[in-house]
Amino acid sequence: MKAAVIVFPGSNREGDMARALRQATGAQPAMLWHDDHELPAGVDLVVLPGGFSHGDYLRCGAIAGRAAIMDAVRAHAARGGLVLGVCNGFQILCESGLLPGVLMRNANLRFVCKMQHLRVERNDTAFTSHYAKSQIVEVAIAHGEGNYEDDDEGIARLEGEGLVAFRYCDGSGHIGGAANPNGSRNDIAGIYSARRNVLGLMPHPENLIDPLVGGIDGRALFESLATA
Amino acid sequence: MKARITVTLKSGVLDPQGKAIESALAALGVPGVASLRQGKVFDVEIAAADKDGARASLTTACEKLLANTVIENYAIEL
Repeated sequence: MKAAVIVFPGSNREGDMARALRQATGAQPAMLWHDDHELPAGVDLVVLPGGFSHGDYLRCGAIAGRAAIMDAVRAHAARGGLVLGVCNGFQILCESGLLPGVLMRNANLRFVCKMQHLRVERNDTAFTSHYAKSQIVEVAIAHGEGNYEDDDEGIARLEGEGLVAFRYCDGSGHIGGAANPNGSRNDIAGIYSARRNVLGLMPHPENLIDPLVGGIDGRALFESLATA
Repeated sequence: MKARITVTLKSGVLDPQGKAIESALAALGVPGVASLRQGKVFDVEIAAADKDGARASLTTACEKLLANTVIENYAIEL
């Protein structure tokens, strides 16, 4: 598994992401700059980390979604290559057209920064093979614009084709109501592309890989990728 | 040539910021505000031979960057 992490002006989770990838794969990922034009040869996985790319100006992820490197990322995804976007990375994937829909301001207008339970919707993908289906995991969320929205047809397509990757839930797996931290439609925390080789999610699995910080529920995502 | 681009949320798209401003106006006792939606305005200076050329460039700008057409509409005034 050869990974590359793309750094945009204003990214701030690239170090955590590199550490999680290194722990799972045993290799340091390549760090790329947003105005690079090519991915290193043989890259299997491209990661867009969290942060506030371009200061969240215009719309979250809007300017980064049009960065020079994104043409190479789109070509990589079109070849079936793996792409992971976390938090601001998810926003960038939506703005770049690699994933459908949009992440809007949290319905309660508050930045949420807390631990959050998720349900793993399926475990037959490159990203989730080391989880159990319907497993409840606890990871961190930290975002002001994580409210996933699309039109009714878009949501129906995600649900019909099994493209919802993670849903917000409470500690006992109950979905909906107060377990939804941001108003996201259908409690969506993360989605796949049609071929399930692109994953975007708001929560931060890369921050839950070490018992030192209170949990390791994020580790399985990187272990899944390491063996994909 | 001067142009103004207005980007607004499509009807039906939840606008939590607009809702918060609306309730702030109600709290200030401003009468008669039935509803409020927040949008964005871009004032652009554009070099073009004629209005059609300018409009074409600005349409490209809106489609490529200024508006997210999943949730937003745009209007161009020249």
